Amino acid sequence: MYLSTEKIKADTQQFDWIQLYQQRLEVVKDDRLKSFYAAGTFAPDTPIKSIPFVAVDFETTGFDPKSDGIVSIGLVPFDLKRIHCKGAKHWIVRPRTALDKESVVVHGITHSDIKSAPDMMRIVEYLLKALEGRIVVVHHRGIERPFLNAALEKRINEGIVFPVVDTMELEARLHRAKPLTLWQRFRGHALPSIRLVDSRERYHLPYYRQHHALTDALATAELFLAQVSHRFSEDTPISELWK
Amino acid sequence: MQIEPIEVLDFLRRFPPFNCLPEETLGWVVSEIEVGYFKADTQILELGQHVDALHVIRSGAVDIYRRNGELYNKMSEGGFFGEFGLLRDGKIRFPAKAIEDTLIYFVPLTVFNKLFDEFEQFADAVEIEDRTRLRQAVARREDANELMTSKVTSLINREPVSITSDASVHEAALLMTESSISSLLIMHPSSHAMAGGLAGIITDRDLRTRVVAEGLPYTTPVSEIMTEELITIEANQFVFEAMLAMLRHNLHHLPVLQKDRPVGVIAISDIIRYESQNSLFVVSNIFRQHSVNDLKGLVSDVRASFIRMVNEDANSRMIGSSMAVIGRSFKQRLLELGEEELGPPPVPYCFLALGSMARDEMLIVTDQDNAMILDDSFDPKQHDAYFEALAKFVSDGLDACGYTYCTGNIMATNKQWRQPKRVWQQYFTEWIDNPSLEGLLHSSIFFDLEGVWGKTEWADHLNDHIVRKARQSKRFLAAMSRNALNRTPPLGFFKDFVMEQDGRQNNTINMKRRGTAPLADLARVHALAIGSKARNSFLRLDEIIEADILPRGRGQDLRDALELISMVRIRHQALALERGETPDNSIAPENLSEFERKNLKDAFQILSNAQKFMKFRYQGAR
Repeated sequence: MYLSTEKIKADTQQFDWIQLYQQRLEVVKDDRLKSFYAAGTFAPDTPIKSIPFVAVDFETTGFDPKSDGIVSIGLVPFDLKRIHCKGAKHWIVRPRTALDKESVVVHGITHSDIKSAPDMMRIVEYLLKALEGRIVVVHHRGIERPFLNAALEKRINEGIVFPVVDTMELEARLHRAKPLTLWQRFRGHALPSIRLVDSRERYHLPYYRQHHALTDALATAELFLAQVSHRFSEDTPISELWK
Repeated sequence: MQIEPIEVLDFLRRFPPFNCLPEETLGWVVSEIEVGYFKADTQILELGQHVDALHVIRSGAVDIYRRNGELYNKMSEGGFFGEFGLLRDGKIRFPAKAIEDTLIYFVPLTVFNKLFDEFEQFADAVEIEDRTRLRQAVARREDANELMTSKVTSLINREPVSITSDASVHEAALLMTESSISSLLIMHPSSHAMAGGLAGIITDRDLRTRVVAEGLPYTTPVSEIMTEELITIEANQFVFEAMLAMLRHNLHHLPVLQKDRPVGVIAISDIIRYESQNSLFVVSNIFRQHSVNDLKGLVSDVRASFIRMVNEDANSRMIGSSMAVIGRSFKQRLLELGEEELGPPPVPYCFLALGSMARDEMLIVTDQDNAMILDDSFDPKQHDAYFEALAKFVSDGLDACGYTYCTGNIMATNKQWRQPKRVWQQYFTEWIDNPSLEGLLHSSIFFDLEGVWGKTEWADHLNDHIVRKARQSKRFLAAMSRNALNRTPPLGFFKDFVMEQDGRQNNTINMKRRGTAPLADLARVHALAIGSKARNSFLRLDEIIEADILPRGRGQDLRDALELISMVRIRHQALALERGETPDNSIAPENLSEFERKNLKDAFQILSNAQKFMKFRYQGAR
């Protein structure tokens, strides 16, 4: 699941997100998506200190957005000064695909939990409102954006795009920028782990139990604050971080 | 449904001033919390700055300064600051600086004010001027309660790291280095019948002693060097149970299981962190001392740890086991030191603990009861000078450390109790086959026996021998039960007197001789009769209850009686220690509370009835 260095290099090309939002606003039919795009996004040179963020985590039935579904969503809004539990949200939703045993072991959400849970569409309005006008922060961007996009396409035939800051990718930039030399491999060096738990430990953040969407969202927000505080200036333009 | 972050809730619940708040209030507080991160050496609050929240340290460390720049306080996890500003004009008078990377939970002003107005305990906790002192008092109580009431899971601070048993020791070492861990769980590989199950554990030490020191190749599979017969603990057990298991088996790493699946490993340091004066700390200190004189210096720590456990409402089992583990450690360290001084033993031997130490029922006032089993190749002329000297070294050392010489001379210094294995077998055969009252009067203590050093398996062999023979000998059980009736409880108390069963009056009562000892004797007789291998009286009673040889409910009554009498005895000793007096087992009735009097009377009645039943059962109605 780790990103290869080639991938990171290829990603440096930037989108013009403001323009993309305006284009989407003109073509989408769904009112909720209209409202989301109408709120707009930030110019690439906006310093991160003036950006409102929201950390988001999904627990899913698997790793493939096409065949797997979302079972829970956690999010917490924040800015560089503070994380606000007041705006935190947590939903359990009913995926359209079956829960398998392995994923139940991971996130602890069981069949009986989701039986009484609403379908994704019942909460999507609130979810999009919570993301509106904020930059989404996730740990490993292969999950939240593709799964939300796929879930919407399945249900209303319209997907969604938005920029994300990926704390795992920020960690990879530091620790995986260069592959190990032959000598290092020979000496048994291993690349440092960039999993959420291990990354947090590097910044002396406390251990939180994993795989609860809200806790993981909070854990991601804290990790981002720590990364900024150690490695970036508050005046860093958002374009250096988002993807 | 849980809408506030559970990690924040769990954290606040543990610390004052939040631990006094009702659950629903706490939930609301958590939903209003804000979180911030400060890297090491950054200012959190400047002098005169406006403050809008109570700052609670979630992790890291913070220095608080006075106006003049002098250091005022150092705080870590659970500490809070900023309240002086909140309570007055909103201006910071004690600036704060992160000295480590620090995560702060902010409790916004509006929330703080509401809590302050509505909850007196909260207000008291944040308003106290000299909070350092209060904090210590509360934290001490809290730590202890946590030790008694928190589950093992609260100690787990990372996911378990594991490798399959077919991996090489090199791969294992790499994984341990990468994850910075000192122990690694070994799982059965997928080809194994128990695939995915826990197969063993290896530690840093194993890599040193079993691989490097042995010169094994790095390709050796971990399965060849791992420890297989694992002691583990269930996630829902208490921290103190984990502590006892680690003490008992001298473990530094204990895997935690949940439904047979490992969920983490706790290290001894995780428990020692709980407090510094606990018995674990004393034990690890014992093994760091290098002379009898050094060991003597630890006596006050032993007493302090005893007093603390009493004040912290530990039960008698926990206190008894902890004290026994400490006593055992003194013995073990003395034997190590003795062997250093006298050289290695000429033939193998096993050092025995007898009586309360073997039963895990040791208290602070106790004499030493010990013995030695020597190898059958032992030749008195050639070897006994060594073992006599070693026994004397240990015995003198124990006496110096507060375990006084045994008045009955049941010590390894006595030649009679320093004998080869086959002689010990004969002793027990004789005691069981030809029981005499005189013989058993002094030997019943040998039926609670435990190997603490050397060939400890020999002690197990002797115990097996005893368990096998004893239950089949009616004469022996009858003699043991008669012996157990030598000591009886009093009838109760009347004004300032102890009222004896025959109407006589005494001024004091010996709680050991009249209470816990006859109860232990009684449990021993029944345990031998049912072939139980348990030594602790509570465990014996559990097995006796299971064997269903007592009238319904009486076993549980006996457990309660034992706990009550033990605790009165223990509290009495702790009180004497705190007053600087010499603790003993005698209590004057005027020193008993009304509650204790009433309950003790019931407990003595239960013991008395149980003795009658024992007499009836093993000696026949005569």
